[in-house]
Amino acid sequence: MTPMIALLTLPLLAALATIALPRRARAAAAGIGAGATLLAAIWVAVVVWRTGPMDLMLGGWQPPVGIGLRADGLSVALGVMTALVMSAAVLAARFEHATTGPGPRIAFGIWPLILLLWAALNAVFVSRDLFNLYVGLELISLSAVALVAISGKAQAVAAGLRYLLFALTGSLLYLAGVVLTYSAHGMLDIDLLAARTPVPTDALALGLMTAGLLAKTALFPFHVWLPPAHAAAPAPASALLSALVPKASLLILVRLWFEAMPDMATAASLLTLGGLGALAVVWGGVLALVQARLKLIVAYSTVAQLGYVFLAFPLAGGAGAAQPWSAGAWTGAMFQILSHGLAKASMFLTAGIFIAAVGSDRLGDLRGLARALPMTGFAFALSAITLMGLPPSGGFTAKYLMMTSAFAADQRGWAAVLVGGGLLAAAYLYRPMAALFSADIPAAPRAVPRRWQAVPLWLAALAVGLGLMSAAPFDLLQIGRPDIAAEGL
Amino acid sequence: MSLSIFALTGAALVGIGIYGLLAQAHLLRRVIAFNLIGSGLFLFLGAAGSRGIGIDPIPQALIITGIVVALSASALAVTLVVALARATGRATLPDEETPR
Repeated sequence: MTPMIALLTLPLLAALATIALPRRARAAAAGIGAGATLLAAIWVAVVVWRTGPMDLMLGGWQPPVGIGLRADGLSVALGVMTALVMSAAVLAARFEHATTGPGPRIAFGIWPLILLLWAALNAVFVSRDLFNLYVGLELISLSAVALVAISGKAQAVAAGLRYLLFALTGSLLYLAGVVLTYSAHGMLDIDLLAARTPVPTDALALGLMTAGLLAKTALFPFHVWLPPAHAAAPAPASALLSALVPKASLLILVRLWFEAMPDMATAASLLTLGGLGALAVVWGGVLALVQARLKLIVAYSTVAQLGYVFLAFPLAGGAGAAQPWSAGAWTGAMFQILSHGLAKASMFLTAGIFIAAVGSDRLGDLRGLARALPMTGFAFALSAITLMGLPPSGGFTAKYLMMTSAFAADQRGWAAVLVGGGLLAAAYLYRPMAALFSADIPAAPRAVPRRWQAVPLWLAALAVGLGLMSAAPFDLLQIGRPDIAAEGL
Repeated sequence: MSLSIFALTGAALVGIGIYGLLAQAHLLRRVIAFNLIGSGLFLFLGAAGSRGIGIDPIPQALIITGIVVALSASALAVTLVVALARATGRATLPDEETPR
């Protein structure tokens, strides 16, 4: 119980401290807050690992009147991944500010926004109440939009506003679904809803909530806001926006379709979700192929990589839940969420280092840069391995689990999407790699300190490590997993 | 009877809001449209709270929380609209174009 409260309140306290303290102490306070929250996330994970899911009833009130929080295996896995990415982003932002000197607006705003985003993400990971999840989603969107627009340039403000319009539309659709659910059942707790008596309006409510969450997850065809928004933010903020923010709405989708209302998952609706995911893999990959700027390539790759997760819905949801392959498909999708988070954050942080070195992220300006910045070039290549899904990375484990399930379920089309998406990823990541590792000698890049270069390397190594030591995270994800995904292959 | 009036008014507000969102390019009008949709939904939720015997207090708590959230979102949105208008002289989004 105590570790969970620490996980939720420490980033909030640290955010307040970064505003209230004198200017010189702010970055240090953010660093201390990040370290403390990272420890809290690991503490919660250890407790859940030893003793199973942890419950907390706010104020001692039981649902349906009160709000229940629960840390299960999936929550703590996401919580630890988030803590690692956040700590890396805080470190990278400090080193970046020390090297390049940010404007006063970024120097003041980035710490409280990062920490508030962190607090909101943790709240979504453990919340079991649909309205509480709505509040968490809004807090995430508000801090994320502010991070996009923080530079104050016209292009960044426009990207932030477009993102805000999508995010608010998504929130209102989700809220409409929550209102319908409450007026039909008089409760919003996920576990209570799982045991509800279904009524006809449930399909409409679930459809509204799903549409809203898809817009926030940037699933094809709701992805148009994502690339300009993620490319406009400062690099450490882009890392958080791409690696973590879409995962919150994705987690709520998983909770809705696998835990709250699995009975509403008809074959046609699951096929639609899987089909949109497949289209996202192809379309995001194709658009990533034609971009000329590194940050946009990485941002379009996020659209494609999020698509994979939706392949688990037709494989593990609805009637497929009782099948022996459902556990593999579900766990594979969660592995994809974790490994994409680590690898994508690493990739955006390397982009930040390249921009600091040559002042641009156009592929033509990056030629031969791996010679000047070998550690960063290596980090980029390592995270590319995870995104392509090559062994022994976490991305490989994810795709391997989903592919075995697709063959066992005799739904080979999804396996073709997994293979094709991997090939596309190899193609669109080849272009930046070819530029970085080309034999050209770059024109005097600015020196970047090694400790800054080490940050994305650590994240990329963790993403590969997730595949090398996949047994422990695999077992962690099974703690408190929805019962429908019964024992696997 | 009175209940269905609240629910119908809520539905009408949501409809006006959706129209404003789709038909108006001026960003301030879009922010107002979001507020209309939100208010309509809360009115509907409030009406749902008084069905059956007695009054259910939970929707009131939810609505108050929702109003606070909507206020924060509107404040951020208006700030961004002002920043965009100062930077570009217009309060509409530039056409859908991705920077290459």
